[in-house]
Amino acid sequence: MNSLIACHECDLLYKLPVLPEGSAAKCSRCGAVLQRHKRNSLDRTLAWAIAGLILFAVANIYPFLALKSEGLVRETTLITGVEQLYKQDMRSVAVLVFLTSILFPFLQLAGTLYMLLPLKFKRLPWWKPALVFRFIRTIQPWSMMEVFMIGILVSAVKLAKMASIIPGLALYSFVILIFVLAAVAASLDPHLVWDRLEIER
Amino acid sequence: MKQGFPTALDNSLVSCHSCHLVSKAPAVHGKGEMICPRCGSVLHQRKPRSLSRTWALVIAAFIFYIPANVLPITKVTSLGHAQSDTIMSGVIYFLQTGMWPIALVIFIASIFVPLAKLFILTFLLISVQRKWQWRPKDRTRLYRITEAIGRWSMTDIFVVTILVALVKLGALATIDAGPGAIYFAAVVVTTIFAAMSFDPRLIWDSMETNHE
Repeated sequence: MNSLIACHECDLLYKLPVLPEGSAAKCSRCGAVLQRHKRNSLDRTLAWAIAGLILFAVANIYPFLALKSEGLVRETTLITGVEQLYKQDMRSVAVLVFLTSILFPFLQLAGTLYMLLPLKFKRLPWWKPALVFRFIRTIQPWSMMEVFMIGILVSAVKLAKMASIIPGLALYSFVILIFVLAAVAASLDPHLVWDRLEIER
Repeated sequence: MKQGFPTALDNSLVSCHSCHLVSKAPAVHGKGEMICPRCGSVLHQRKPRSLSRTWALVIAAFIFYIPANVLPITKVTSLGHAQSDTIMSGVIYFLQTGMWPIALVIFIASIFVPLAKLFILTFLLISVQRKWQWRPKDRTRLYRITEAIGRWSMTDIFVVTILVALVKLGALATIDAGPGAIYFAAVVVTTIFAAMSFDPRLIWDSMETNHE
């Protein structure tokens, strides 16, 4: 089965054959990746997404850093920073941080699970699958947990002079979560999902 | 067919932005929108008003960039003594205390990346408007880079968030976010939207029309 595809970066048309597993097709004119055939995409992405949701819960419930200075200890979870910004009249920044470090990563994991679990059992997700999948593809660039990690590192170094920093349980699950999120993104094959949605319809 | 490079546009086909399905564009261009038969998003041959939107966002980001760097992003109050820091003074502080890797990270993420992005986008916009023929492949690559690096500018916003949350030690020390943080967040968001609204296919469109 040949499928027609246009390069999303230079609009060149191709008739792509079914790609061998693990290979990618690149545009001969501009070099953009047209399509990748990922090995066991559905199963792998599902597994990573479930692991991701568990880690996400841990990362949000427990404190990720604590600051200790002269007998005073202050712990912080992901959401406390957002709350503080909001209280200080930095509402727009608070909303941006909430979306990029909490809501969008969560929706991405939950949305991936919502899409792939039914597809795995050859069914359609029950509520507007195309809309949900489009939405999780749209928010993907705005889910910035790995950038948040760099933020944690910089803050830890900055504060190390002022007080002692104690890493919390959430920090460890946070670090793993970043790799899991990367694995979700790397193993997901959007072309496969769109094809399956058409087949199951 | 031009130069042996058939594009979707030449064949009156439209490629969907969101699911990449190639479908037939309706011949009549009425007021009605074209809808992708597979995923339901609105179809466009090219991103709508790509150049003017990208220009608007780039100019807005250049403007926000000034208060983002001039105004303080954090205010540290320690034992009654207050000190305001801008992005650059933070970098200088790290340099002076010998922590140059951190200084480098902040400099690249907060100062270099947004500016580089804005200059690259400006260059791409001008090159498309003037229909330059210069190295389309490299220009597409430049676009790909601007798309990929933008998110890393959020680092400083996250640092401010974490500092504000952690440093609340009563009279000992507190850190508050400064107005610069709002403008800096605006720079990050507008540059990301600017990169999204630019359509790299325009680089190739002008290559083709000039060959005819």
